[in-house]
Amino acid sequence: MKKLKSNFVNMVLVLSGIAIFAAFTLASVYSLTKKSIDNSRQNKQKEAIQAVLPAHDHFDSIPVEMNNGVETTKVYKAYDKNNLLVGAAVESSSNNGYKGHIDIIVGFNKDGIIINYSVLDQHETLGLGARMVDWFKTNKGKQNIRGKNASTANLNVSKDGGEIDAITAATITSRAFLFAVRNAYFEFKSNIIEPESELVIKTDSMQANQNDSTSTLNKIEMKGQNK
Amino acid sequence: MKDSASKVLLNGLMKENPIFVLILGICPTLATTTSALNGMCMGLATLFVLFGSNVAVSIVKNFIPDKVRIPAYIVVIATFVSVVEMLIHAYYPVIYESLGIFIPLIVVNCIVLGRAEAFAAKNTVFRSALDGLGMGLGFTFALTLLGTLRELLGTGKVFGNVIFPENYGALIFVLAPGAFIVLGYLIAIMNKLRKRTV
Amino acid sequence: MGLIRTSLLHINQSTNYPINTSTNQPINQLTNQPTIMTFILIFISAVFVNNIVLAQFLGICPFLGVSKKINTAIGMTGAVAFVMTIATIFTYVIQKTVLDPYHIQFLQTITYILIIAALVQLVEIMLKKVSPPLYQALGVYLPLITTNCVILGVALLVIKKDFNLVESVVFAISTAIGFGLALILFAGIREQLNMVKLPKGMEGIPAALITAGLLAMAFMGFSGIVK
Repeated sequence: MKKLKSNFVNMVLVLSGIAIFAAFTLASVYSLTKKSIDNSRQNKQKEAIQAVLPAHDHFDSIPVEMNNGVETTKVYKAYDKNNLLVGAAVESSSNNGYKGHIDIIVGFNKDGIIINYSVLDQHETLGLGARMVDWFKTNKGKQNIRGKNASTANLNVSKDGGEIDAITAATITSRAFLFAVRNAYFEFKSNIIEPESELVIKTDSMQANQNDSTSTLNKIEMKGQNK
Repeated sequence: MKDSASKVLLNGLMKENPIFVLILGICPTLATTTSALNGMCMGLATLFVLFGSNVAVSIVKNFIPDKVRIPAYIVVIATFVSVVEMLIHAYYPVIYESLGIFIPLIVVNCIVLGRAEAFAAKNTVFRSALDGLGMGLGFTFALTLLGTLRELLGTGKVFGNVIFPENYGALIFVLAPGAFIVLGYLIAIMNKLRKRTV
Repeated sequence: MGLIRTSLLHINQSTNYPINTSTNQPINQLTNQPTIMTFILIFISAVFVNNIVLAQFLGICPFLGVSKKINTAIGMTGAVAFVMTIATIFTYVIQKTVLDPYHIQFLQTITYILIIAALVQLVEIMLKKVSPPLYQALGVYLPLITTNCVILGVALLVIKKDFNLVESVVFAISTAIGFGLALILFAGIREQLNMVKLPKGMEGIPAALITAGLLAMAFMGFSGIVK
C-alpha cells in the first residue's frame, strides 16, 4: 500500500482536510451537547436551592443580588402557596478558605433559623477542609449549625469564642465557612427584614422592647432609599 | 510473525500494560485515582479516546504524508478528546468536576500518541481497534485498582461503600504522597509477579 | 431599632475579619488589584505549596525519565521554562481574542495543542541554528515536551484560575522553576539511590516513585503558607 508523498501540496491538503473535518465533528457534538450542559448547570442550581429551603411551594428563580465589590451574594426568596414568605436560600462565599474560594448556599426560614446548607464549590484538602460538606450538619458535639437561630447564635469557632466546633485540624476552613454563613445571614436580614438596602429605621421605642422579634419587625415602619 | 487477534487484545491488559509495564501515562494515574470511581471513569474516558483514535488513524494512515503524521495524529486525538470532554460534561457533570483538567490532558497522554504511532499507523483497522481496546482496558484496570487501594486505605470506602470506619484510614493515601507510594509498591509487586511467570 | 442593630453588631464584633464600617457588613480580605505581593504569592504557591510535579501531578513522565542526572535535569528545565512561558502567552491571547468572543471554547483543546506542537518545532529549529551543542544535549527530550502534560496543563490552568496576562506569565515561569526544583532535587536523590542495592522488584521505577512520594510529603509541609 503506497503512502501519499510528502510534497508540499499533499501536506497542506491533508492537514487542512483533517482540520476541517475535526472542526466539523466538534461543532456537531457541541451543538448536540450544549443544551444538556446548560440544563444540567441550571438543574444543579435548582436542586441545591430546593435542598436547603424549608418546606415551600415555590421560590424566586431570579435572586436578589448584593455585590459589595469583592463578591456577590444571591438571595432566593421562597414562598408557600399563598405567596407568603417562608424563608430564603442565600448563596454566599468566602475567599479565605485554606486553598482559596469557598461557595456555599444556606437556607433560612423566616425567623432566621438555619434549615440546611450545601457546599457549592470548594477546593479544600480531602479529609480535612473538604469535610465541611457534612461536618456542620452532623449532630456531634457542637458541630451542627442546622436548627440554630442565626440571629442569636454565635456562629464562630470555639477558638474565637463562638459556639461551633471547628473541623478537626481544619480551623482555617471552618472559619471561612462560618464567615460565609454569617455573611449569608447578614444578606438574608437585609433582604427579608429590611427590604431597602440603605436603611433608616423608624420605630416606636415601646415596640423595640418587645421580645418577639418577628412581630416587632412586622410592625416597624421602614423608610429606605430606593436603589 | 503476526500475533492472533486475541493476543493483541490481551497484550494491553497484561504483557504490555501501559501503567505497570510500559510506565506511560502516569500523570493522570496519580492525579485521578483519589477514589475508585474517579479512577475508573478516567480509565474509561481514555479508553474511548484510545479506541477512537486508533481506529481513525488506522483508516487514514495511507493518506497522511509521512512528514506531517505527528501533527495529523495530534489533531485526530484532540478531536476525540474534545468529544469525550463534551459528552462527560453534558451527561456526567459530577465526574466532569472531579476529573477537572485531566480530561483535556488525555490528548498529551503518552499512551494515546504512542499507540497511534507505533501500532495504528502500521496495522489494519480491526487490529488497531483491538489494540486500542486492550490498552484502554489495561489502563482502566490499573487506574481502578490504584483508585480502589487509595480509597480503601485512605477512607475505608470502595466506590463509596464503607468497608471500615473512616477513622482507621490513613488520610495520606488520598493525598499526593500516597499516590506515588501506592503506585510504587504496586509496580514493585507487579514486577515480582511478572518475574515469576516469565 | 435597637434589636436589629445590636444583633447585627453582635455578628460583626465577634469576627476577626475587617468590617465595612459604613454598612456594618463583613468584607472579604482578598481584593482584585494585583500588586507585587500577588506575584510573590503566585511564585511561592507555584514553586513550593502547589508544586506542579509533587502536588499537581503534571510532568511526571519527564520527571521519572530525565531526572537520572542533574545535568540533563537542568537542561530539561530550561527547555520547559522557555516553551512554557511562550506557549502560555500565545494560548492566553488566542483564548481571549478568538475562543471567548466567538464562543468556540470547545475548540480549546485542539487549538492549544496545535500551538504547543508548532512552538516546539520552532524551538527545535531555532536551537539547532543558535546552539548546536545544547540541541545535541537535549536531543530526544525536545519533541517529548509536546506531549508533556506540564505545558498544556499550565496553559489550561491559567484560564481556570482566571489570571490576567502578566499573572499568567509569572505563573508559567514560577511553575517552570518549581518543575526544575523538583527535577533537580530528585536527580540528586536518584544519583545516590543508584549506588545502593535494592530488592529486585523495587529497582528502578518503584524506588523512584516511593522516593517521589516522600519528597511530596516533605513539600506538603509548605501548605498553608499561601492560599
